[in-house]
Amino acid sequence: MQNEKELKPLKTVPREKAFYFFTSIGNYTGESASSLVEFMDKVNRVDVKSLEFHFYRGDFERWFSEVLQDEELSEEFRKLHKLNLSGEPLRGRLYAIVSAYIKRLKFNKSM
Amino acid sequence: MKVKGNNFSLDAKDIKILEILQEDARQTYTTIGKRLGIAHSTVYDRIKRMEKYGVIKRYTTLIDAEKAGAKSIMAIMTIITDPKESEHVAEKLCKMPQITEVYTSLSEELQIIAKVTAESQESLHEFIASRIAPLPGVMRIRTSIVTKKFKETQPIITGDQKQLTLADKNKV
Repeated sequence: MQNEKELKPLKTVPREKAFYFFTSIGNYTGESASSLVEFMDKVNRVDVKSLEFHFYRGDFERWFSEVLQDEELSEEFRKLHKLNLSGEPLRGRLYAIVSAYIKRLKFNKSM
Repeated sequence: MKVKGNNFSLDAKDIKILEILQEDARQTYTTIGKRLGIAHSTVYDRIKRMEKYGVIKRYTTLIDAEKAGAKSIMAIMTIITDPKESEHVAEKLCKMPQITEVYTSLSEELQIIAKVTAESQESLHEFIASRIAPLPGVMRIRTSIVTKKFKETQPIITGDQKQLTLADKNKV
């Protein structure tokens, strides 16, 4: 039987707990994500400036940890800071990590 | 100048009284009367009448927050909204103590312009991300942090001087 904690990241969170993409302090792009799957989709679409803004502030790992309650994914993002990525390489790396993680969660769920 | 929603009209002397009160609302009826060449009792009657009809809403204090020691920043938010939700968003903003002014504006898209204060850039961002962005109907937000204030006053009352002069002759 699947552990409920492992499935939590795949759930949809309420509107007020969603991730809101900004490009700088107070500048909201209009894009948000209420689940990890939606987050993956938005990582592919939002202005790369927004990814850089949140990545360097540590907002992604904070959302994974505090809202999705997923320390594993949070830790994977935290490790990325050592690589000093920016622009499209950053987008590619973030997308790869999240998509692989979702695949793993879904595979575990189906077992 | 007719007061909206009433039969009551303002004449040139009323406008002058308002201008003087906007300079300093603590001036006495006698001082105002002397400046305008009218009796202090006339000033009193006119002020009471303008209070009664809501022309004078309240007397307040303009504080220099920086000198008062408040460590805060001010920002102007332009919020692009879904036209169907605009009124609702504006009403929600009005209830938030961090927001001091709210206006709607129509340019290419329907916008709400709001003035917001916060302790720091970080708390400003946190407030916008957690309280404003999630409001239904908010499509985008542009925020400009105010770096220096050059002027802050109340709007000046203006009217048709010719009409006011005629009204003045008839009433005083």
